[in-house]
Amino acid sequence: MATLNVNGKSREYEAEQDTPLLWVLREQLGLTGTKYGCGVAQCGACTVHIDGVATRSCVMPASALTAKQKIVTIEGLSPNGSHPVQKAWAAMDVPQCGFCQSGMIMAAAALLKDKPKPSDADINDAMTNICRCGTYNRVRAAIKVVAHGGDTKLAHLAITHTDGSVK
Amino acid sequence: MSRDAILPSAPSQPAPSSAPNKSRRRFLGGSAAALGGLVVGFHIPLIGEAAAETADVPEVNAWVVVKPDDTVVIRIARSEMGQGTLTGLAQLVAEELECNWAKVTTEYPTPGQSLARNRVWGNFSTGGSRGIRDSQDYVRKGGAIARTMLVQAAADEWKVPAGECTAAKSVITHKASGRSTTYGKVALAASRLTPPATVTLKDPKDWKLVGKRLARLDTVNKTTGAQIYGMDLKLPGMLNAAIKDCPVFGGKLKSFDASSIEKRPGVKKVVQVGDSGVAVIADTWWRAKSALDAMTIEWDNGPNAQVSSASIAEIIKAGLDAPEAAVGNQNGDARAAIAAAPRKLEAVYSYPYQNHATMEVMNATAKWTPGRCEVWTPTQNGEAALAAAAEAADLPPSKCEVYKLHLGGGFGRRGAVHDWVRQAVLIARQMPGTPVKLIWSREEDMTHGRYHPITQCKLSAGMDADGNVTGFHMRLSGQSILASISPQSIKDGKDPVVFQGLNPPGPEASFGYSFPNLLIDYAMRNHHVPAGFWRGVNLNHNTIYFECFIDELAHEAKQDPLAFRRKFLANSPKHLAVLNAVAERAGWDKPAPKGVFRGLAQTMGFGSYVAACAEVSVSKDGELTVHRIVAATDSGYAVNPQQIEAQVEGSFAYGLSAALYGECTIKDGRVEQQNFDTYPAMKMEKMPTVETIVMPSGGFWGGVGEPTIAVAAPAVLNAIFAATGKRIRELPLKNHSLKA
Repeated sequence: MATLNVNGKSREYEAEQDTPLLWVLREQLGLTGTKYGCGVAQCGACTVHIDGVATRSCVMPASALTAKQKIVTIEGLSPNGSHPVQKAWAAMDVPQCGFCQSGMIMAAAALLKDKPKPSDADINDAMTNICRCGTYNRVRAAIKVVAHGGDTKLAHLAITHTDGSVK
Repeated sequence: MSRDAILPSAPSQPAPSSAPNKSRRRFLGGSAAALGGLVVGFHIPLIGEAAAETADVPEVNAWVVVKPDDTVVIRIARSEMGQGTLTGLAQLVAEELECNWAKVTTEYPTPGQSLARNRVWGNFSTGGSRGIRDSQDYVRKGGAIARTMLVQAAADEWKVPAGECTAAKSVITHKASGRSTTYGKVALAASRLTPPATVTLKDPKDWKLVGKRLARLDTVNKTTGAQIYGMDLKLPGMLNAAIKDCPVFGGKLKSFDASSIEKRPGVKKVVQVGDSGVAVIADTWWRAKSALDAMTIEWDNGPNAQVSSASIAEIIKAGLDAPEAAVGNQNGDARAAIAAAPRKLEAVYSYPYQNHATMEVMNATAKWTPGRCEVWTPTQNGEAALAAAAEAADLPPSKCEVYKLHLGGGFGRRGAVHDWVRQAVLIARQMPGTPVKLIWSREEDMTHGRYHPITQCKLSAGMDADGNVTGFHMRLSGQSILASISPQSIKDGKDPVVFQGLNPPGPEASFGYSFPNLLIDYAMRNHHVPAGFWRGVNLNHNTIYFECFIDELAHEAKQDPLAFRRKFLANSPKHLAVLNAVAERAGWDKPAPKGVFRGLAQTMGFGSYVAACAEVSVSKDGELTVHRIVAATDSGYAVNPQQIEAQVEGSFAYGLSAALYGECTIKDGRVEQQNFDTYPAMKMEKMPTVETIVMPSGGFWGGVGEPTIAVAAPAVLNAIFAATGKRIRELPLKNHSLKA
């Protein structure tokens, strides 16, 4: 048995030395919000935070992590989807199929923590996740919305939500 | 191009001033978290209690269930894979139902239930941008019938004529007596009424939900990790499987050495899958995959082991001049007109194999017993998945069931052929009673696709001294999708899908140009690499071929590419309208910013008219930047304009990704590209701004998921020519130098 600190809790798991963190999260700890897309750190669907740094968990052996390192997955980013990035994502209907979006959101949250007002170049450098549906422009717009305090009206999407609000 | 603005353009339609004002109680699958990560669909037997959201409430009709608390559950037969169809179809039903949108939720009926009820939900197929346009009529009628029954139930209770009652936002009112009730209160009584034989649908001008920029119904769970995709499914006692199929299409499994891995931790069984595959079943997928990778496997590569991209290209090239070809569109005598023309132009274009590369790889969970087979899978066509499961299970479809899960992308891969479902069932048959989840590795997914068909095209045209086209001949040669998927639909060598966008005028597509002599024909040349439907598919390469060649002709005639196109689109007002719209928005008649060059393209496909103007620059080192796309779509009606914008933006990501990088090459009979490192996809950095013009002209229903992909590449290729003088006729662009 080994131990990881995931989403603020100490979690025990059992896996071979080479088992990537991704598969420990998904198959041992039941956290399936983190996705498998390529297994070779190309697509970013598996992005989690390790001590605040966006990390591709598909090539990170779980055994390389200590019980002190703080791992945060999409499920632990906020208790109820209330992280500013998640709120902007939901208000602006950023996801399409949504499969890449956990990784996108984790990458964006880490970027905005490091650089609260990222430039386009900063966004390009940090957001190297693949989205095959092509949500890139809404992802960029949502990051800028968060950087500007979360007012989604800045994006001119004018989406009517079921609570009647127009965002 | 500056990206100072949060988004480059204002929305093309104003937001509605009023909207429903209550929170939706649930989303599709929204209670998954409450049930420990299991998907709430519709009668999922293994889950047990509270499995079916509507099991305890009688339906008003097949499309509508109203719960006592006024929650309206709308049934959606088509699949949601990101394209927004689930929300759009719910809008259409709710529009006629006159229900409270804030309390709408959705669920998938299963194909097995549909089969048992004489296909009451119609077609499950979700492809060809047909999700909304092919079902809009009957789903709206479903909503209208349910409303009629609910109102009748209230009128019966009050003993007043139904015609004196009105319905709005799930409230039924009888004004004369001042009484009112809600749908939830009369739903049980309504469910016992005989449905009306006919209903009248609303005039589009009276729509309140359709045409509005409504938020999707399935977004929130995609921001929290709660959305369950096929790959995420967990069932009690479930095992996991990893598979390798023969890397050469048509080859077979010769042998495998199970003894070398059977003792590895977690490994339960090593099984042959059909005659060409082998799978490892283990407690976790990672252990199954690791064991499979460690196992020695011998393949019989079969008759195609020597085939290469070059040998395939030779076969297709021969079709360009073959005497025998199927005619798809013809008027006059194009060959004679070209022969007699004072000015002639000829060019050959080609388009490669491309993988769909859905973000979620193929996967399915199957449970098999001698009497029943159940499959949980992301599919674009639940009925086709059921048929594949039944065949592999060796059981009648009535003893099988498919539970659809959210798709992590479809793009055509998960529609027509369910090879992964067949494999999952064949594996599960070797573990009777145990659910087994099969997940492909990305490498398996890249090398066992159903690829965008490979084609070449020779275009020839004759022009008179004034630059008028007198004859136009387009010869296609290459793969037919239907030849492998639906051979019975091929007649006299003619696969109608091959001619997407090149057709005589019709509701699905129309080659908009009027030339006095026209011939578009096709020589079928198939190969062992399997072709499949692909987002946009034949319309994509066909539009590249004719829209780039039209551009070549305009330059040959020394005429402005916009003015040149307008001359020959005079009889196609809707084609012309979208082209003019993008030209106007892009500022075609004004100079582009310094160093920026423009290109145009237009087409009609999937029932919609589309056009694009691309602005690009090419550096001295040959680096291409696509700065801006202006795109127009006339889909007749526009059910949810903000989602159409999302689809159009996405189609440029998909289309430009294909144009820049998309290529699967064949060596020794197999696909060379294994993962995103060798089959790159476009990322954020390369994504242009996209200004979407949604311009529904009314009177018809066109699709929106695919059409604009087709104009992405040709608009950019034509802009590249304007920038560099280089005419790229073979994709992808990564194989070409744009250096001056």
